[in-house]
Amino acid sequence: MKYTLIAWMRDKPGVLSRVAGMMRRRNFNIDSLQVGHSEAPGISRMTFVVDGNDRMVDQVIQQLRKLVDVTQVENISEQPIVAREMAMVRVATNADTRAEIVQIVNIYRGEIVDVALDSMIVQIVGSEDRVASLVDLLDNFGILEMVRTGPVAMARGRLERSRRRGTAVWRAQADGRDAVSTERFKTGGV
Amino acid sequence: MSKRNGKAAKAAPEIPVRMKGAQMIWEAMVREGVRVVYGHPGGAILPAYDALSPYEAEGKLHHVLVRHEQCAAHMADGWARATGEVGVCVATSGPGATNLVTGLATAQMDSVPVVAITGQVPTKLLGTDAFQESDVVGVSAPVCKHNYLVTDVNELPLILKEAFYIAREGRPGVVLVDICKDVQNAEGTFRYDFEIELPGFEPWPNVDLECVRKAAVLINQAERPLVLSGHGVQLARMGHELLALVEKAEIPVVTTLLGTGNIPESHPLSLGMGGMHGEAYANQAVQSCDVLIAVGMRFDDRITGRLDKFAKQAKVIHFELDRAEVGKNIVPDVPVIGDLAETLPALLPLIEERRHQPWLQQLKEWKGETAQTDILNYEVDELIPPYVIRQLWFATHNAPGGPPIIVTDVGQHQMWECQYFTHDHVGQLLTSGGLGTMGFALPAAIGAQMAYPDRLVWAVAGDGGFQMTLQELAVIKQEHNLPVKVAIINNGFLGMVRQWQQFFYDKRYTGTPVWSPDFVQLAAAYQIPALAVTRPDEVGPALEKAIATPGPFLIDFRVKEEVNVYPMVAPGAAVDQLIRRPKPAVMQEYSGVQPSW
Repeated sequence: MKYTLIAWMRDKPGVLSRVAGMMRRRNFNIDSLQVGHSEAPGISRMTFVVDGNDRMVDQVIQQLRKLVDVTQVENISEQPIVAREMAMVRVATNADTRAEIVQIVNIYRGEIVDVALDSMIVQIVGSEDRVASLVDLLDNFGILEMVRTGPVAMARGRLERSRRRGTAVWRAQADGRDAVSTERFKTGGV
Repeated sequence: MSKRNGKAAKAAPEIPVRMKGAQMIWEAMVREGVRVVYGHPGGAILPAYDALSPYEAEGKLHHVLVRHEQCAAHMADGWARATGEVGVCVATSGPGATNLVTGLATAQMDSVPVVAITGQVPTKLLGTDAFQESDVVGVSAPVCKHNYLVTDVNELPLILKEAFYIAREGRPGVVLVDICKDVQNAEGTFRYDFEIELPGFEPWPNVDLECVRKAAVLINQAERPLVLSGHGVQLARMGHELLALVEKAEIPVVTTLLGTGNIPESHPLSLGMGGMHGEAYANQAVQSCDVLIAVGMRFDDRITGRLDKFAKQAKVIHFELDRAEVGKNIVPDVPVIGDLAETLPALLPLIEERRHQPWLQQLKEWKGETAQTDILNYEVDELIPPYVIRQLWFATHNAPGGPPIIVTDVGQHQMWECQYFTHDHVGQLLTSGGLGTMGFALPAAIGAQMAYPDRLVWAVAGDGGFQMTLQELAVIKQEHNLPVKVAIINNGFLGMVRQWQQFFYDKRYTGTPVWSPDFVQLAAAYQIPALAVTRPDEVGPALEKAIATPGPFLIDFRVKEEVNVYPMVAPGAAVDQLIRRPKPAVMQEYSGVQPSW
């Protein structure tokens, strides 16, 4: 079964390698991993899709929580979620097929973002299977190049509790301010 | 130290002082109560060594020069195991740091608090494959609780404070701080009154008292309860509470390798060590109990044997601090997550006074079948290792200055030590359990001896493992004749590997015979008094002489070569499927248990 996990972590060099290293060392299988900024400065948000069973996913979560730079981990597999991924596909075209491809892309509410004489770039944002299904169709015309981001996800509905995902020092560091002076200010030192 | 998650107790504000990064390292250590650091200098750590000299001159810190960086980590490890404080080791960049790794992995696997400081090439040379550059943070990350690369001198004080905090709090572990040479040379502002805020670090999970109540109900209902206790009891200093608990409800106790001495082994409720080389009755007890109370242990494969055949009749209660260990190997019926210092005292008043005579009677019968007593006291005409270990116990257990500390290497002698030495005190046995690092004994014994100068410390090693780190004999001399006693169980083989080859590879002894130097002459070269022992009647007098001689002493016990450790659970077999100890203790043909591979 596939599980979707979200982890928040310090945005600093080496954190991605710590997470990836732990996953490799513990022999966990990652289907996809996407990382980017979160709403909190200094804190990155990572979306994982892992393949396994309940026990394995529990271990993934516990081992992630043990990493000092990881501030929070959530398993949203059981919740109603919005999960989207983006793909860009360079598909081969000619005078005969161009119109048909445009039609298909429109049905999928994708966009043509670049056109050349012999190819075009199709962009689609959607759930994983919607993207997969368009990619399948486009494959019939010849895919020259493709990139898929892997899904990012959020739970639906109201946010239950407020979360503290970083410290004043980390936020200051992320904003490029001198962390030590911020800390000094906070503790009332000289 | 406070037990609030992610926050250390707030210190009084202090006035910042300007100093070099190099000095900050030692200033932080003095604040953390460090007294001894083990290390080896080199180019990238030279500024730090230069800044160390005033601290040495004032007697605030003492630096021990090791002969190999691996042993710096082992010594810090031995110090930390003996005292419960954070041990500190120092190395230079590149080879110095990579040499540390084995020692750090050893400490991390056994949850020992160690902080390692390594020099790194200057910031502007990072990533250029500079001389003696290695990616130390990358190399050490998998064997560390956390690690840091410091490229800004102003971050150094906070990082050092966090390093000690993370190493010490919760389940202890290793933290490495890699400091660029230009950071050591740069001047910055030092203060140490930070409030540590690490939202991602939860060392002390909140205890769910409902789980404690559920555990108490199970324990009170049990007819055949059993405690399986591990290193966590020692780390939480909960030996007395555990003893009170098992005495109140009359529950027998099996320990893991690192849990030896959690309750006195001469106590009637102690069944000794379980697992691969545990006594048959201890493993039988695990397989037959109806409630298994695992306390501060992690169900290592050496204790469980084949997982799907482990303690099948039992409801399992798991008292553990580290959430990730709960359900990793065995899924407990009742998990009790939290500090044992909170959960055990909460459990004790909920436990009814019970007697379990039929169960204990049953255990006694099993014990009778496989008793080790015939080997403990029987007359031997050949020098066999169990006899040596038993004599070591006779000679040392009443030593003045407190219970002796035995530091073992890894292999057959390690298992014999567990079986034939009666550990009546917590922390008497220091050994590399998780990683199983050969060469651990001598350096770790040096660390333990420096922590307790007045206690009797014995390093017990095989001829194979001793030769991995014997260069540290020089440290014994350089540190003013440290009174470490060394016993070499010299059987001319890598004994444990040979035993596996005998059992599972048709006695093809590939790569296991060991040629050794004359250890007595070797000791003489290091100006350490030594004796060779070849006959059983020489063992007692030799041990007495070693103990009576001030300073170090080395005994080379030239024991019978092909002696096996019994009982033995074949790897991958269920723990009650074991190769039993033959009577009398002569070689026994392999009993037919197939390994799992």
